[in-house]
Amino acid sequence: MAIDTEERRKPLPERLADQMSTLADQVQGSQAWTSIFRPGSIFRKGYTDSPRNRSYVIMNSVLYHLHPVKVKRHAVKVSYTLCLGGLSFFLFILETVTGIFLMFFYRPTAAQAWDDIYTLQTSVTFGLLVRNIHRWGAHLMVITVFLHMARVFYHGAYKPPREFNWVIGVILLKLTLLLSFTGYLLPWDQLALWAVTVGTNMMGYTPVFGEQVRFVLLGGVEIGTDTLLRWYVLHVLMLPFVLVIFLAIHFWRVRKDGGISGPL
Amino acid sequence: MVEIPEHLRKRAEEARAKAEAAKAAQAGPTAGSDAPTEAQQQAASKIPPHLLERSKAARAQADGPGAAEAGAVAGGGGVAVAAPPAAPDSTPATGPGGHTQRLLTVVKSGSIQDVKSKPQDKVHVWPHLLVVEFVASLFITAFTLIFSIFVNAPLLELANYNQTPNPSKAPWYFLGLQELLTMFHPMVAGVTIPGIGLLALMLAPYIDRNPSKKPEDRKFAISLMTVHLMFWAVLVIIGSFFRGPGFNFVFPWQAGLFFEL
Repeated sequence: MAIDTEERRKPLPERLADQMSTLADQVQGSQAWTSIFRPGSIFRKGYTDSPRNRSYVIMNSVLYHLHPVKVKRHAVKVSYTLCLGGLSFFLFILETVTGIFLMFFYRPTAAQAWDDIYTLQTSVTFGLLVRNIHRWGAHLMVITVFLHMARVFYHGAYKPPREFNWVIGVILLKLTLLLSFTGYLLPWDQLALWAVTVGTNMMGYTPVFGEQVRFVLLGGVEIGTDTLLRWYVLHVLMLPFVLVIFLAIHFWRVRKDGGISGPL
Repeated sequence: MVEIPEHLRKRAEEARAKAEAAKAAQAGPTAGSDAPTEAQQQAASKIPPHLLERSKAARAQADGPGAAEAGAVAGGGGVAVAAPPAAPDSTPATGPGGHTQRLLTVVKSGSIQDVKSKPQDKVHVWPHLLVVEFVASLFITAFTLIFSIFVNAPLLELANYNQTPNPSKAPWYFLGLQELLTMFHPMVAGVTIPGIGLLALMLAPYIDRNPSKKPEDRKFAISLMTVHLMFWAVLVIIGSFFRGPGFNFVFPWQAGLFFEL
């Protein structure tokens, strides 16, 4: 902003006022401002309950990726879905949030893992509580995913056009079990070690390439610090990554197949 | 240049000749009977004369109360298709029986307006669905939080290769498989049975081709699934609570609980 001599001769308060008004114009003309307070935005004129505003809540938010603006009246009946699919997804988010918290205090080596968990429980604020939530949330998620599958089966909701989404759902069930199982080893206590020993011994009996599968999973011939690192990466990165991809497909298919299945 | 098939060309020629003949037949009486001024007026306005007549009658009806009765007889009856014009001398051509219009075809609404989806009873996601979801997530959070406050996750002593706990148990959701291990060869119990089970589960929609969703129509599918779910539930419960040292069968109220989550 060029200030000429005439401008400079103005008294200071007047000059400041000019600059303030220019600044206000700049802010109100900026892209961020106009996109937040765009015409029709509830930030501009407040929220009043109207069909138009009800539509905007979904249409103008990230929720539009998950939900359409309207659903069948029957689809909001809790007694039909029991919210099981949604709760599974919510528990996955809860697990992610608590899991990120736990990652700050955990090192996946045989020498440090158990001590880190112990320190987390005794010395970190809310450490024990968050670990408890993570643990019980995980068990709960296995249960809700399983019940969701049973609910879908008993409603016959896997029938055309939803066959493919059922297949995705079964893959999600397997991924949930694998996520839970890989997390089981991480505390590196007696429970973890021997539960995983039993589990991986079973995998070793896979015909033809059983030994190889077991070797890859354990990072050696028996469970050790390499296994811990491997399962840690699987648990915090790879399996959630794969699960999110399949979740996205799962949710997309729900809408593509015309919303959730109808009444019996 | 595109070759036009012989029969199509013939048919087009015939149609053209017919159309011209019809036009000539129509032009004849119009030019003969009507006054030249009226013919010019028609050519200028391009409004069919009988419609013009009808609108004149309607205007007269609107203008004077005396003309109303006469207009009502003429205009009130068949607005849509075949009202005979008030003044017969102005009609250019009349068909057999004095009709001035022909019914070409009747198009039923279903054949051109193909309504694919019936209107459904729908509600807005906000607030109806989002409120339900929000309450459900609050509820599950509260449940998990309160449960976590009162029950601690297990943390046993440090992993020790030289000290095998007795019994050694897998996570609870694999205890059905571990239970099967006591009955079958590990390859059957640990790989074949769960493998076939999960594969069959995945292929369920392709195996079960019954289109009905009504429970009474799918008794077999429902009973098969229920038997399987019960089978696994019972195995998991036995593996969790009824297996003691050496994975031998015990009653939890006698030997105690050998179960960690």
